[in-house]
Order: sequence, then C-alpha cells, then structure tokens
Amino acid sequence: MKPAPFDYVAPTSVEEACKVLAEAGGGATVLAGGQTLMPLLNLRMSQPFVLVDINKIPELSGISRSENGIRIGAATRQCDALSNALLAAELPVLVEALRHVGHHQTRNRGTVGGSITLGEPAAEQPACAVALGASIEIASVRGRRSVAATEFYVGPFMTVLEPDELVTGITFPHWPSGHITLFRELAQRPGDFALVGMVGALALEGGSITRAGLGWFGMGGTPIRARAAEAALLGQALDSVNADAIAELALSECAPFDDHHASAEYRRTVGRRLFAKALREALTVREAA
Amino acid sequence: MSEHRVNLTINGRRHAATVEARMSLGDYLRDEAGYTGVHLGCEHGVCGACTVIVDDRAVRSCLILAVQADGAEVTTAEGLADSDGTLHPVQQVMREEHALQCGFCTPGIVMTLAALTGGQDKADEATLMNSLSGHICRCTGYQGIRRAARRLAAEPGT
Repeated sequence: MKPAPFDYVAPTSVEEACKVLAEAGGGATVLAGGQTLMPLLNLRMSQPFVLVDINKIPELSGISRSENGIRIGAATRQCDALSNALLAAELPVLVEALRHVGHHQTRNRGTVGGSITLGEPAAEQPACAVALGASIEIASVRGRRSVAATEFYVGPFMTVLEPDELVTGITFPHWPSGHITLFRELAQRPGDFALVGMVGALALEGGSITRAGLGWFGMGGTPIRARAAEAALLGQALDSVNADAIAELALSECAPFDDHHASAEYRRTVGRRLFAKALREALTVREAA
Repeated sequence: MSEHRVNLTINGRRHAATVEARMSLGDYLRDEAGYTGVHLGCEHGVCGACTVIVDDRAVRSCLILAVQADGAEVTTAEGLADSDGTLHPVQQVMREEHALQCGFCTPGIVMTLAALTGGQDKADEATLMNSLSGHICRCTGYQGIRRAARRLAAEPGT
C-alpha cells in the first residue's frame, strides 16, 4: 500500500500551479486535502507523474462575502468552513451538510474545493453547490472561467474540468436572511457516504415561497437539481404545500442505481419518504415560529 | 520521483530528513523517526489508528505526505506522558475505563481525544462522541472508549 513514485511540487501562486498543470499535459494531479487522493494513490488507482500541492497558495484559502455571494476558496479546510461565523449566519445548510462529511479527523485536512471537484455523486458538498445555485471558479494558463455547478458534473467523478485546469473557489449566491433550510441523509454509519440524501433552501416573502433550490445526492450519477419540484413550490403558501406530491416530483428527476450498498428501488423508496419528511418538518417548524 | 528536505518538530524535538515525495507522514514517523506509537492500519484513511496531532489538529498520518509536514509541529502518542511516566489525562482515563484491549487502535483514539481536550476550547461531549466515529476498534465494543470520552467531557482538569 505505497503510492507509485511521483514528483512533488508546491507552488505558491495560482499562475504557477496552472503552469505546472499545463506543462504536465494531463500527467499531473492536484493535491488539496488529500483525503480521497491519498487513498487512491496508496491503492495505485491513481498514478500521476507529478503531484501539485495547492496548500501553499494563500489565494485559495478563506471565506469571504461580496455582492455576488459568498466565496469559499477551494483549499479552505472543511473544519474551518464548519466553524465559520459567516457561513453559519448566511448559509447554515452548508454547515449542516459539512457535519456529515467524513469524520472529524478527515475534515481537519479535507477541503471544500477538493470534495466539490471530485464529484462523488453521494457527497454532500457537490449537492449543496448544485441545489443552492453555486458557481465554480476555474483557472488555467488559458484564462479564468466560471461554470454553474449544475453544468459542472457530467457523471460519477466526472466533471467538465480539463486536465490543465484548477478549481480556485466556489461562490454561493446570497439567500435572504431567514430562508428555510433543508438537509437530510441516510448513511449506514456516521461518516459513511450517504445512501440517499437531499439538501435545499426556500426563500419566503409574505408567507409564500418565492425562490427554491433543491437537490439530491446519492440518487444518480451526479448530484441532481430537482427543478420540477422547485417550480411547483414557487408561489405556494407554506400551509398549502403538499410535501408528498413535491417529493414525488423531485423523485421523477432522479435515476438512482443499484450498488452493493443499496438497490435503486430502495433508494427511490427511502428518497421519497426522506424528501417529503424533510420538507414537511421544515415547513411545520417555520409555520409554528 | 523527487526527494525533499523536510524540517519538523516531533514531540518537541527537531528533526531534519530527506524524504521521497511519496513517503507518507505515518511511514516517516514510524520507520524513519522511530515513533512506533504511530500504528499504520488500513493506510487509506478508514481505520484511524495512525491519527497524530499536526499543528494542534488530529489528522490521519497515512493521508499526509511527509514533505507536507515540513515546518509542522507533530505530536505522537510518545509525546503525551510526562518524562517521569505520569500519564496524560486521556491515557489515564482510558486506562481506568478499560478503553483498550489489544491496543492497536489506541494511539489513534488517544491522539484524537487529546487534540480535542488539550486546547483552550475544550470540546463538548457530543463533539467527542462524534469524533470517535473516525476510529475502528475490533476488540472493546467501544463502551469503555465511550465512557472515557464522556468522562473527559465532564471532568474539568482531565
């Protein structure tokens, strides 16, 4: 269980990192927190020629607020995001989701950008990005671009990222204060990948829903945005929402598959109940408040 | 295959070495620096036995490269007890609560609990309990470990 030999470089700027990635012609792999990459290296499922450690690039760490939203630097550690006051105040659902990412010890090292970039279909953070309408910042020697999270994932562990590109940050749009948050997942043990999970946010004005962002994880090859369910919620008053019907709509947008943890049918059955329950509980809590 | 010069502090002592890029911090600590309290189990981040404290945080030493620990302050299980043999509070409580049997997973658990109870902000019971999910123990059935963690949360000074 030792990695195949590789070179190691630790650039201190995004430009420098992009240059290495470009010159490696696809033979380089970016090392952020390493909590997924190191196992892949140790198991020799990944054998890059050069490892580009981005932990020494200051620009990639930290959480900031701007007009456009809340930006999380790609190399921001999950534990730092978890205890961040700005996130707790403005995007509490992200903090809730982070509590379910791996274990305390892996969150101390794992990064937000690493998980977002990996694109594990059952992971929480990519689903948050998709559901809440985040965009992914990407840099390369060819320039910088931004891709909507909904366009970023193309399949299990597959994204639109080119081999010479580096994810530098994730920007979540602002959600109005007092928005409703939804998060629920089912995993076999704490820290395991979810079998089924959902995440979302609902904004209200005058007692009715004016904006909805809903997503699934573990329910297909990528995180999935539940657009039909979102559309059905718009304009509805809280007490008129039929949670079961919305969950059914959300389910129609999924394509879960069988694996050795659960069957597609199991995921559909549990997903339907879990989605409806999360929605129902969030709405009941809000109505009572 | 590149080689790198690293300088780090382990249990208060400075170490300098030249390491191959692919060497994990765990392998370096155990095989090169001689800290055999670092137990390498699964080597892919699942079992938690290799957990050490790097710059005040409990992390998997099998999932960090030695070269990444350049400039870091590392604490292993050897660095916890006093030089006269007085056990660290976490070690003492785990001993009293029979929180170990074969001892393979123990250093990792001790380091996680030490990291969470050693600083200014002592973690609460829920955090300590939750952190145990990052460790696998095949002997004890966890109850002794959980008792020890509860005591650490409840007793000031431990």
